[in-house]
Amino acid sequence: MATEGLQFRTCPVTGFNVHLPAQRLIIANAVTAVVCLLIGGVLALLIALTRWEAVQLLPANLFYRFLTAHGANMLVFWIVFFEVAGLYFGGAVMLNARLVKPKLGWLAFALMLTGAIMTNITIFTGSADVMFTAYVPLKAHPAFYLGIILFAVGALVAVNLFLVNVVVAKMERRFTGSVPLVTYGLVAAAVIADFTLISGAIAFIPAFFWSLGVFTNYDPGAYRVFFWGFGHSAQQINLCAMVAIWYALSTLTTGAKPVNEKLSRVAFLLYILFINLGSMHHLLVDPGLGTASRIVNTSYFMYLAVLASMIHAYSIPAGVEVAQRAKGYAKGLFQWLKKAPWKEPGFSALAISLVMFGFIGGTTGVIQGTLQLNMLVHNTLRIPGHFHATVVAGTTLAFMGLAYYLIPLMTCRELVGKKLASLQPYIYGLGLLIMIEGMFWSGSAGIPRRTWDISASGSALAAPVYEGASFTLGLLGIGAIIAVIGGGIFIAIAVSTLLFGKKQPA
Amino acid sequence: MSSLASPERIWWKPLIREERLWLGVALTWCFVLFVMMIVWGAVANQNVPVETYRTTPEQFREVTNSFVGKYQVGTENGIPVVRPPAGDVYLTASTWLWSPILELKNGGTYRFHVSSLDFQHGFSIQPENLNFQVLPGYIYVITLTPDEAGEYQIVCNEYCGIGHNLMVGKIIVTE
Repeated sequence: MATEGLQFRTCPVTGFNVHLPAQRLIIANAVTAVVCLLIGGVLALLIALTRWEAVQLLPANLFYRFLTAHGANMLVFWIVFFEVAGLYFGGAVMLNARLVKPKLGWLAFALMLTGAIMTNITIFTGSADVMFTAYVPLKAHPAFYLGIILFAVGALVAVNLFLVNVVVAKMERRFTGSVPLVTYGLVAAAVIADFTLISGAIAFIPAFFWSLGVFTNYDPGAYRVFFWGFGHSAQQINLCAMVAIWYALSTLTTGAKPVNEKLSRVAFLLYILFINLGSMHHLLVDPGLGTASRIVNTSYFMYLAVLASMIHAYSIPAGVEVAQRAKGYAKGLFQWLKKAPWKEPGFSALAISLVMFGFIGGTTGVIQGTLQLNMLVHNTLRIPGHFHATVVAGTTLAFMGLAYYLIPLMTCRELVGKKLASLQPYIYGLGLLIMIEGMFWSGSAGIPRRTWDISASGSALAAPVYEGASFTLGLLGIGAIIAVIGGGIFIAIAVSTLLFGKKQPA
Repeated sequence: MSSLASPERIWWKPLIREERLWLGVALTWCFVLFVMMIVWGAVANQNVPVETYRTTPEQFREVTNSFVGKYQVGTENGIPVVRPPAGDVYLTASTWLWSPILELKNGGTYRFHVSSLDFQHGFSIQPENLNFQVLPGYIYVITLTPDEAGEYQIVCNEYCGIGHNLMVGKIIVTE
């Protein structure tokens, strides 16, 4: 016990018993995540300024290369590194528990880092201009697939270390009764992550051997099924982790508690059971599938996963309202909302993330996942419009909101630039809103995603004229600039806190 | 108690009235959406095609070539122009070309057999904005009935390499 005592400190702010090896792993993963966000963000600006046809900054080859790297760094590396940091926080720190095998955590980190670097180098040297989806038979250098496989194996180790850790913490009686709701949500995310990472292995391990020439025919239809079992489910991990973080932020900023633990926990269970069916959204206008399978899968089997989101959309604001009214903000219908801590970046990030995820990302997901409507949107800019509302305005902004608490807590340093931090979610949200609208309107006019030049100048036949393209693509570009400024402010605050933040007593 | 701490011992508690109401409305709406998806599938005029056949690039190239040989009426910029009767028409996607150019009659019903000879492509008819995925090894049969004369473009909207943005095809609909 004596040596164990040395490995813990008591956090003066939260009262948590913080296991120092867990703390070091959290910092390492979170810092790497922010570096990936930085790379992805710079690329985002360059890509957006190329899609803005009036600017068309990059040549075609660099546009496709950077688009590939942007997808990999944002959708996978930034988010998963940050999620792993969040898992160690929820599975050890929040339970006042130790991290059982820090060495396994470092092994996972090493694998993920090696994989991320390998994939990035392969992309940037021009050996993998295949997009994030790497649709077979477009072939990348074997190192591209190997990098992703290594990353996925590392993530699998980290996720299961978290699951084991929760069980061990319970056995060691670090907490009594059920796990906290946030940890429960993270457990749900971890279960979905296991499914996702195994699907990733099924897609990428054959692709690796195929790229080596071990076998020659990899069925493109089968690859799409396997890939989206990974690609879309990965976003469902994000969804689940994001909702858990919403609950955490509502407690941290307003003292809200779950209005009904049963309702919230059942909703997380519905995610586990039904949300992975949504992967089929990507295959709605593919050859080879029947109508029945399309309907069952894309409706998440009767929209039961959507029901889960509707539950959270009720219980999180309700929890905040109850907490605010208890503080005396009980006048009329909305005083509780008016008097909410809007200058607290954690709260504004929660509010903007919840509204943009729900009203823009979630609704468009359900609409675009309707069979008939999918024919009108497939592979148009409406698709990136949808997932920038979910993964960026939703998940990324929620993660940023949590980071404003996680970084000071884990580094024992005061947050640098608090004033700027309280503006950051608004700037980021506004930029994204403009960019996403630009994408939606462009997509509705038929403008494809993933294309360097819609005028197709130099082709044998004339390209279509898209109505209003110069305006809608201009919105995309301007919105992206504002969003990148917002993202840059977050990174600047995170890095300066880490390096120059005023030391607080541990 | 908060979402960051363990809940009280017994947290399995009945829902209050507002919660039941919200849950009821949401569940009903989810169910309506689900049923409507099936209803549209049965009664809508414009549905996702499901007819699919296996093929190989060699086989499909041969079929398209004989189709072109039968109905070719000219060429435009090296791409054959065909004027087939209503019924089966064939369209190949390959880097970075849609071939042939199709001249169709307004009101005629055509069964487009679409496949790729190399990578995955996206079959996007503009300005109608109808979009389908095209895979090598699969023939996707898409039944289309033009209802307005004019020129339509086929844009590739799945990334297929550096010349992806140049991949434009054409359908001409005549009265």
